[in-house]
Formats: sequence, C-alpha cells, structure tokens
Amino acid sequence: MAEAKTGAQAGERTTRRDFLELVAWTTLGVGAAATLWPFIDSLNPAADTLALATTEVDLEPIEVGQRVTVVWRGKPVFISHRTPEEIEQARATPLEELKDPEPDEARAQRPEWLVVIGICTHLGCVPAGNRAGEERGGWGGWFCPCHGSHYDTAGRIRQGPAPRNLDLPPYTFVSDTVVRIG
Amino acid sequence: MQREFVKAPFKSGVLKWIDDRLPVLSWAYNELVIYPAPRNLNYWWNLGSLAGFMLVVQIVTGVVLAMHYTPNAEMAFDSVERIMRDVNWGWLLRYLHANGASMFFFAVYIHMFRGLYYGSYKAPRELLWMIGVVILLLMMATAFMGYVLPWGQMSYWAAQVITNLFSAIPLVGDTIVTWLWGGFVVGNPTLQRFYALHYLLPFIIFAFVFLHILALHQTGSNNPLGIDLTAKDKIPFHPYYTVKDVFGLCLFLLLYGALVFYAPDALVVPINYEPANPLQTPLHIVPEWYFLPFYAMLRAINFDILWIIPAKLGGVLVMFSSILVLFFLPWLDTSKVRSATFRPLYKWFFWLFVANALMLGYLGAQPPEGWYLTLSQLGTAYYFLFFLVIMPVLGKIERPRPLPESLSEPVLGAAQPQPAK
Ligand code: HEM
Ligand code: FES
Repeated sequence: MAEAKTGAQAGERTTRRDFLELVAWTTLGVGAAATLWPFIDSLNPAADTLALATTEVDLEPIEVGQRVTVVWRGKPVFISHRTPEEIEQARATPLEELKDPEPDEARAQRPEWLVVIGICTHLGCVPAGNRAGEERGGWGGWFCPCHGSHYDTAGRIRQGPAPRNLDLPPYTFVSDTVVRIG
Repeated sequence: MQREFVKAPFKSGVLKWIDDRLPVLSWAYNELVIYPAPRNLNYWWNLGSLAGFMLVVQIVTGVVLAMHYTPNAEMAFDSVERIMRDVNWGWLLRYLHANGASMFFFAVYIHMFRGLYYGSYKAPRELLWMIGVVILLLMMATAFMGYVLPWGQMSYWAAQVITNLFSAIPLVGDTIVTWLWGGFVVGNPTLQRFYALHYLLPFIIFAFVFLHILALHQTGSNNPLGIDLTAKDKIPFHPYYTVKDVFGLCLFLLLYGALVFYAPDALVVPINYEPANPLQTPLHIVPEWYFLPFYAMLRAINFDILWIIPAKLGGVLVMFSSILVLFFLPWLDTSKVRSATFRPLYKWFFWLFVANALMLGYLGAQPPEGWYLTLSQLGTAYYFLFFLVIMPVLGKIERPRPLPESLSEPVLGAAQPQPAK
C-alpha cells in the first residue's frame, strides 16, 4: 500500500493492482462477516423459545385488591385487580412528580385491571408486593428489594435506581373475564 | 534483560534425543531451574505461584465435576445435589472447586496489591501488568458463570442482575441482553452457554498465564527495593525459590484445607441451596465475596451523573471502569521510583487504598441505605481519586528517599561489623 501511495503522489493514476487489492480485501471482509453471523445469531432466542408467545388468563377468581403473578414468555407478569382507592391514587398523581411521566390512563386499558411485566427495570429482580403481607414500598405498589426501587399502584417508578416504569406487555381483553397476553 | 538460551544437561540419552528435536525440556530448564531471580524477594512474591497452583486445581476438579454435572435448567440443581450425596468423593470435589475459586481470588488480589505496593507495573513491566488485568477479567467471567451452574436461587438472580447490567447500554442494551440470554429471561439456553464458556475460559486463562510468565521472564522479576539488579544480586530459581514456593504452598494449603474440611459453606449464601425460582427474587441478594467491592461501587451511583448519564448506566460505567482503570496505571503513576519503601507519602495513600477496598467489600454486603450508602459513595470516590489524581500528582510532588545502588549496599552496608571469630 505504501508503494501505491508514493506512486499516487508522483502523479501516477491508481493502478489496476490497487483496484484488485481493494476488491479482494472487501470480499474477504464481507465473507468473514457473513460467516461470523450464523455463530452470533445462533445465540439469539430459538424458534421454540419464540413460540411460547401468548398466555391467556382467567380473571374471574381474582378479587378486588388481589394481585396475581402469571408467566408469559417465561417472565412474571403482575395482574392487579385494583381497588377504587388504588385507581384514585394513581390518577390523582401529578405527572411532574414522576421520573418517567405517564398518565395512569395510558397504563391500564381498564382502570380496575393493571397488567405489567413484573421485572424491575433496574437490573431485573422481581419486585415484592404481589403476595399478602409483602412490603409494597412507599407508594403502595411494589418494592424491589435488590437495590430499593419503589413503584406506585400504576407500576410507575417513584424512588430508587430504576430508570423506567414497569414495562407493559401487549395484551387484549378477549372477554370481560379473560385477558390474552402477547 | 536478555539471557542466553542454555541447553539442559541430560543424563539420559532419550531425553536428549527428544530435546534436540523439541526443546521443551530445555525451555523448562531455562525458565524454571536456572532462571535468575532477585535474592531479596519476600513472601509477597509467593502469591503468583499459588495463583497458578489454584488454576490447576480448578481445572482438575472442574473436569471431574463436569463428568457428573448436567447443564440443563430442569436437572442442574439435582445433579449438583447428586454430586454432593451420591457420587464417590463428590462432596470433596465440589467443595474443593467452590472454595478453590475463593482461594484463587484471595491469592490473585494479594498478588495485585503486592504489585501496587512495589510498583511492579512500571516500565519495563507494563505489558506484564496489563496481561494480569486481562487474567483478572477472565477469572471474574469464569467465576461468575461457574456460580450460575448449580442453578440455585442466588445463582439464578446473580445471572439476572449481572446480565441486566448490559441493558444499561443506550439503544442496543435490550437487544444485547436478549442475545446473551437466548430468550426473554435467564433460562435454559443461558445456563447451557454459560456452561460451555465456563469450561472454555479457564484454558484461555491458562494461555494468558503463559504469556504473563513469558513477559515476566523477559524483564526479570521486580523486587522489594524496586531497583534494577545486576547478575550478582540474583540466584537461580531452583532450589532457592522452588523450596520457598513449596513452603508457602504448605501454609496456603492449611488455609484451603481448613475451609474445605471445617467450614465448606462459610462463603456460600444458604439460599443457593434452594432451587432457582424465576418468579421470586430473594429479599437480600449478594454476590460472592470477591465481587463485593465492585458491587458496592455499582450501587453507590444512585444519582444521575452530570444530568446526562442516568444512575443505572452511571453505576455500570463506574463498576467496569474500576477495573479498566488498572490498564492505564503504568501511565497514570508518574513517579520513577518503583517501591513504596522509598516513597514516604505514597505508602500512606496505598494503605488507605487497601483499607478502602476492604471497606467497600464490607459495604457491598450491606443494604444500600443511609450511612452504608454514603460510605460507599466516599469509598468509590477515593478508589478513583487514588488512580486518577493521587497517582499522577504524587509522582510530581513527592520527594523519594535515596535509592540504594545495588542490593549489596543496603544489605552489607547496614550490617554492623561482626567481631572476628
Ligand atoms: C479459572 C478457573 C475456575 C474458576 C474460578 C471456577 C469457579 C467456579 C465456581 C465459583 C463454581 C460454583 C461452585 C458452587 O457454588 O457450587 C463453579 C462450578 C462448576 N465448575 Fe468451575 N471454575 C473454574 C474452572 C473450571 C473448569 C476448568 C471446569 C471444567 C469443566 C469447571 C467445571 C465446573 C462445574 C461442572 C461446576 C458446577 C458444579 C458445582 O457447582 O460445583 N470449572 N466453578
Ligand atoms: S433490580 Fe430492582 S432495584 Fe435493582
């Protein structure tokens, strides 16, 4: 390459050899990347893992004030049958107080049912608060014991290191008592 | 220092025949028998060979454990319990391996503090030091993935929290994490790839240890005075240091044995004897002791840095930087004097650094609240100040004590004249 440079500086045109060299290296580079890709992509979720993609939940037995954990794609999903006070509390919160501002209306398709992914957006622990008697944090929602994140009754982050509100899974109400997640 | 390659003296013709064609025996003779080592090495110089010994122990016990272990999320926990209860000597192999990781880190950390005190990272040993940092990183990855294998509650949640560190990377974080997991949560695909890597990495460490020793023998060992030594201040490695290393090994084995036979679970969190449950995080999660100082630094950052780096990313950056900064140490330290023996001020900062590291280790196991949190933040600040400010500035302002010309000077010069016998 150094030779080619001096040649160019001396006013010579790019030679055919330079071109061939460029083509050879580019082909090699593209070939190497294409060869590497299957190795890298093989580590991504496999077809059968992707296939576990929907879960249907019967809401009938969940009483007002009760929270349950269901599994969707191997992840815990929290379903909270909220009390009127919990809904009121979530709706009355001014957005300026929130780290990740989102109105409650945007987080719950139906006010009495909150469906969130039960994985702390900090480093992925499962926050406490679904079972009776568990610590629910300062805002009556969930409390993550790992590094102390507090979530409110709409699953929004209020205090602690978590950057985002609890994520929402895609879900639809198949009927008044059945919800399909995924 | 270039040494001449000496052919090993053979009594056996067969060995000579082999060595003439493949000079490995002569190579070993040069590096392990006649290698000229400083005559003033103290016991802190034993830790390197002890770390090497632990690597061999981990590989030997690991390979045998692998013959009984099942890398599958449904079966892993039970297969480890089977190793403990049913496999002949399985309890011994597993306790040797699990506590072996602790002994390995114990040796390597002291080995590193030794380097920090005696300035072993300074020219011409920069690469030697940097290879060491690579080994540390590989060890951390290996130990982390090994800890996941028994698939207990703490295994599972350690995997979850540590892999999630990568989700802090802007834009591509979540994609990377899904790729690491091979799924949407830590699960069987994760366990299987961790097992494959846990088997592989120790052999890569082995290769780096080889490079480490190659670099060491190129420049020769540093010594407690930190001065360059001449040939007359050196003695052959064998028998002087082989004997000293074996003696050190005996003491080290007493400690290792005490752990394995009298307190095999002292360093294990009991909750790891509960099978992994992806739906329930234990209330108090802690990493293994050798990760605690770094974990404390991760959690110390609970505020956004300069308004632009969110707390989560900040914590992750601080934790990784705490190790990466070691790569730059040879250039951050501006003092020409290697050994802290001749650096009256550095000595104090060094011991404060050691105390600070121990404090961070303690704090890493405490809940990150109140005073614990404040102290973690102060400790993190000192950790980085030490490398980024104290090291560069001290070299400029400190007045080192006069260095001896050679070894014979302080040794013989300081000696009182002996009465004639
Ligand atoms: C750098 C060297 C190594 C380190 C630091 C290391 C560390 C660890 C650690 C901390 C554990 C968890 C122990 C427990 O809590 O039960 C573990 C488990 C395991 N390791 Fe290693 N290891 C190393 C080398 C190897 C090698 C070379 C193999 C060979 C295949 C191996 C095979 C295993 C197996 C099968 C387990 C699971 C069984 C068990 O949990 O005891 N390890 N390792
Ligand atoms: S994982 Fe929930 S606070 Fe860190």
